[in-house]
Amino acid sequence: MDLVLAKAMPEDKANAERAASNVFAAAQGRLPGAGRIAAIRARAFEAYERVGLPHRRVEEWKYTDLRVLMRDVLRLAERPDASALKRAQAAVDQAAFEGAIKLVLVDGMFAPNLSDVAKIGKGIDVQTLREVLESSASDALAGLVLSTTTDAMISLNTAMATDGVVVTIAEGKALRRPLHVIHVSTTSSASHFTRSYLHLGDGAHGTVVESFVSAESACGYQANNVMIVLVGNQAGLSHLRVKADAADAVNISSEIIAVGSKAKLNLFDMIRGGAVSRYQDFITLAGEGAELCVNGVNLLMEKQHADTTLVVDHAAPHCVSRQNFRAVVDGAGRSVFQGRIIARPDAQKSDAKLTMRALLLSDQAEADNKPELEIFADDVKCGHGATSGGLDESLLFYLGARGLSENDAQALLIRAFLGEAIEGIANENLRDFATSQTERWFKARR
Amino acid sequence: MPLLEIRNLHVCVEGREILHGLDLTVNAGKVHAIMGPNGSGKSTLSHVITGKPGYQITAGRILFKGEDLLAMGPDQRAAKGLFLAFQYPVEIPGVTTMNFLRTALNAQRKARGQSGYSTPHFLKKARTVAKQLNIPQSMLKRGVNVGFSGGEKKRNEILQMALFEPDLCILDEIDSGLDIDALRIVADGINAMRSPDRSIIMITHYQRLLNYVVPDVVHVMSRGRVVKSGDKQLALELEASGYAQFEDAA
Repeated sequence: MDLVLAKAMPEDKANAERAASNVFAAAQGRLPGAGRIAAIRARAFEAYERVGLPHRRVEEWKYTDLRVLMRDVLRLAERPDASALKRAQAAVDQAAFEGAIKLVLVDGMFAPNLSDVAKIGKGIDVQTLREVLESSASDALAGLVLSTTTDAMISLNTAMATDGVVVTIAEGKALRRPLHVIHVSTTSSASHFTRSYLHLGDGAHGTVVESFVSAESACGYQANNVMIVLVGNQAGLSHLRVKADAADAVNISSEIIAVGSKAKLNLFDMIRGGAVSRYQDFITLAGEGAELCVNGVNLLMEKQHADTTLVVDHAAPHCVSRQNFRAVVDGAGRSVFQGRIIARPDAQKSDAKLTMRALLLSDQAEADNKPELEIFADDVKCGHGATSGGLDESLLFYLGARGLSENDAQALLIRAFLGEAIEGIANENLRDFATSQTERWFKARR
Repeated sequence: MPLLEIRNLHVCVEGREILHGLDLTVNAGKVHAIMGPNGSGKSTLSHVITGKPGYQITAGRILFKGEDLLAMGPDQRAAKGLFLAFQYPVEIPGVTTMNFLRTALNAQRKARGQSGYSTPHFLKKARTVAKQLNIPQSMLKRGVNVGFSGGEKKRNEILQMALFEPDLCILDEIDSGLDIDALRIVADGINAMRSPDRSIIMITHYQRLLNYVVPDVVHVMSRGRVVKSGDKQLALELEASGYAQFEDAA
């Protein structure tokens, strides 16, 4: 038996790698950037190939084994044609956020006709990844945009990214209206990759919403998106993301974020769709006195798997981080929260707090909460807590005795449970948007 | 037709019988007091009437307005006009009292086929009743019963009773944990609810509450049965002689 397994596993891995190699080779004509960029891509792909899809023996991916959940990398999605763009338009209309400037990526390609580029104000620069990678003038920027880590899925993204948005908000400027980056999948049984970049100059302010949605009849796709975010000194960014993918889709989104001195980052991550979804954020509090507030909500049912993994690196003194995650898991859903807080030797007076709470609505529901602290500084305040459990029967009876149906009583208690995470969103309009997204989950659950 | 009619009610909890063939009839417009020692089954009775899970009804029936109450869920019973003031009201963090009251009231009205109250109409009504009960507005904005004192929790129960206007109110030890001033406020709230169409069942250990809310009928429960019924004089006798005589009788 052991012998059979030992033989079978390398072969499976080999098959998956061969598939990925073929996908990368076949995509060559579609990947923007030559010369140095092409070399970066080739190196990134080699880095990916050395390790392949992350699996349960890779600590960071312990609960989200992509060898099992994803099996292999699917072929690159075609460039969207007119009919795909038409289907995407309907999905964009559904996802749109009142008053925002839309930047739409369809199957990994920027869709200018679905976007509002003309409405962007002064001091705000928006380019596509393709433009940046194909222009020799933006060589330095290209290098930044293609920043990478040791994570295999980010390496794969570096190799395969077809397009994305590159947004720069100049020093001291403020976005008057939120930017709404909408990722739409219209494709089935194919993969797509975007790489985006968001830079707020010193003292700049803005709100960026990101939605991950699918057009009608799109299924079984794999989305892999990376965004590099630089928040300048004394800048302020509100960043809200919602994954609402097709029921059988895989979506892995990574962010590499650096926050400058006295800057404020308010982050909200929601997963309410897809078969396998993961946010992985690598956040460095790089400047003294930076403040981070992250709230996350996973709303799951059936066999959905949602993973929110954050590494918050206190690299400078006097930084504050607050992380507050809530999962509501119904059916045979599985929610994963992993939060690692690092306080570097110089990061004295770090103040970090991490809370993870899961509400399990069925016997098959599962929640894995993993807080980790790595403290190297001696004068810090770091705390974490994790809980999971079902709805309180005595509360349900009380509400029932006051006339609420079982469904309504549950919904009221679930909303209250989520409330604290949603209250953490600083901007009122974004809070309403997040609430409306949770309401869509309740509707789907009925 | 009586408002509530309980016949030969047998109830088990985890295989142990708590109520052994209880009979009780409550007519419209009457205030009943149920008294009895600890463990006589008073709270079990209130829970079974309101439909709390975890109780097996092994025999008997409960008719409310002539309908089989045991076939209804707790929410349907509430919509039919049944109200239980809890002995230990629960805390619901994250749900403001105002939001809870409106959600509950409109759920009941919807189940009865009535239209929901508009927000201004509801707010006005809730504020008026809260004022009568000496409940500050700030309490209505807080999470349900979160950080409320024992007395505030009980007043919040009476507030709900006044807003929902039920036909049958069961008050499970509404007097426990109240000081004399709070007792008077709660008693005034109960008396204000007395009407020819509404019945009230007060479950209590003590005569004290009955000085403020004078009952029409007093029952003594012991070991899972009603062992004696009478008028308000019976409560005074109990105060003088204790429950021991009935323990022997049961």
